[in-house]
Amino acid sequence: MTAQDILFWALAGASVGSAVAVVTMKSIFRAAVMLAFSFLAVAGLFVLLNADFLAVVQVLIYVGAVSVLLVFASLLTRDAETGNTANRLRLPALLGSALLLAFLATVVLQTNWSLMEDTLSAESLARVQEVLSATPQWLAGLLLSEWVLPFEVASVLLLAAIVGALVLVRERQP
Amino acid sequence: MAFLEGNALFRNLYCLLAGNSGNAQHCGRDGLLPAGWEWLAFALVGFAITFLLLSAFLLLTMFYTYLERRLLGRFQGRIGPNRAGPFGLLQPVADAIKLLTKESIVPQGADWLLYNLAPLMMVVVMFMVLAVIPFGKHTFIADLNVGVLFIIAVTSVNALAVFMAGIASGNRYALFGGMRAVAQLISYEVPMVLSIVGVLLLAGSLSLVEIVEAQVIPFFLLQPLGLFIFVVSASAEMNRPPFDQLEAESEIVAGYHTEYGGMKFGLFYLAEYAAVLTTSGVIATLFLDGWEGPLLPSHVWFLMKVFFLAFIFIWVRATLPRVRIDQTMAFAWKFLLPLGIINVFMTAAELLLFGHEEAGGQGIVLSTADLWLMSVVNFAVAVVGIGAFSRLVSLRTPALPVSAPKPSAAEVV
Repeated sequence: MTAQDILFWALAGASVGSAVAVVTMKSIFRAAVMLAFSFLAVAGLFVLLNADFLAVVQVLIYVGAVSVLLVFASLLTRDAETGNTANRLRLPALLGSALLLAFLATVVLQTNWSLMEDTLSAESLARVQEVLSATPQWLAGLLLSEWVLPFEVASVLLLAAIVGALVLVRERQP
Repeated sequence: MAFLEGNALFRNLYCLLAGNSGNAQHCGRDGLLPAGWEWLAFALVGFAITFLLLSAFLLLTMFYTYLERRLLGRFQGRIGPNRAGPFGLLQPVADAIKLLTKESIVPQGADWLLYNLAPLMMVVVMFMVLAVIPFGKHTFIADLNVGVLFIIAVTSVNALAVFMAGIASGNRYALFGGMRAVAQLISYEVPMVLSIVGVLLLAGSLSLVEIVEAQVIPFFLLQPLGLFIFVVSASAEMNRPPFDQLEAESEIVAGYHTEYGGMKFGLFYLAEYAAVLTTSGVIATLFLDGWEGPLLPSHVWFLMKVFFLAFIFIWVRATLPRVRIDQTMAFAWKFLLPLGIINVFMTAAELLLFGHEEAGGQGIVLSTADLWLMSVVNFAVAVVGIGAFSRLVSLRTPALPVSAPKPSAAEVV
């Protein structure tokens, strides 16, 4: 048991525990905050995997933006404080989560979980270390060269979202 | 753990405990702990250093609260706190003792869990920023290669903490404060990040240590517009006057911490004042060449820069009146955001024009003469840009549409 193992189990316990709390807590605000804690623990797991850029982006987007948005949305939702509202969407929700579970299980089972040290040659391992020492630079280079099309498509999507929001809140002209 | 290697104090303490065994560090002698216990040395030394840093920082924050109250007094033509201790220097201690001895109350109708969690979260967020700021040569906790992003990410959690406090209090004014917090903090994050992009383009790195080392001439000369946008949006982010809509006492009592008392209020107070010092530290690192300076030791230079910036924040607070919430939002989106985009484009274009690839190394370098030329151009653009936008952008509220036509004078008579 190394220090890394201890940290891993602590973070994994925290993320799973707070995820369970999200589902079981009655108050929707508490559930949202628990979700934020779960995101934070996952960011810690990313740090353990040497993916510091991913960890920081996880905190920035999921904790700093998505959680706040969730709390804000639940604030504007009727009857949110008293727990789930009863409606006829339980069956579709069950179906959706079952599909997601099946997808995730397939991915987990089909992935080759062997360590890099066992499968890669010495020189490709050195290359991996070189990339890991400066992740943001490599990611930026790849985003603006090889993956520039998805990158630009994402920005078009954001633009569409902004225009959509403007259309929704624009005052009607008489 | 490569990111801790530059820290001199850490390295020496770690060597004392773990010695040559363990990480690839060359201490030259055996440590106190037996082999196989390096992780304990790592944890102990890390904890000790963090503890040291936090204590020193809390002392500085205490001194800063005194300084702010004293200077505000001077700016307003009064004396300020001068009773407790020599020159009133023990005033923060007296305040802390008073706050600590008060009863800890959870109001009825409040969510006790979130209510107690929110102040803690706010303080923790403020302290986490300290982890990446270099306080002097080889003095930092961690030199992350995503340092700047780390600061942005960690401070964005602040919005959640303020919002939590607002909701959990079960008070309408607190809720208003929380709503305003989300609107304001998220809006000002956009120009703030844009203003840092110029610095990142010039430095070619996200690590704060490398950004300081990249400053051939201090970046405030090359990024006057960026510095202006960063200072303004940072003072909105930490809700300093003139942007203290979150707790505007003439409108919404005390905003998100209306229902807080005792040390829980004290923690909000602490986080707010600590934020001024950490933000000053970030500005000093990004724009004022960090710890570098002639003659004096690097730590002294850094502290001098931090307190100079903190003084400016106090000066602004004493001078400017609070702006309205709609003006605050309009200022972020109509004034700061376009200026930030102009700044990024200008810096990138200048790097394309003047920069040339360094032989062997990665990144773009500029000659010192070009840097000074850039500085002159950027100052001109900053003056023209700020002048033009303050003419173009009106922060006045548009007149509300009149639903019914006003009765004419004849009808009234």
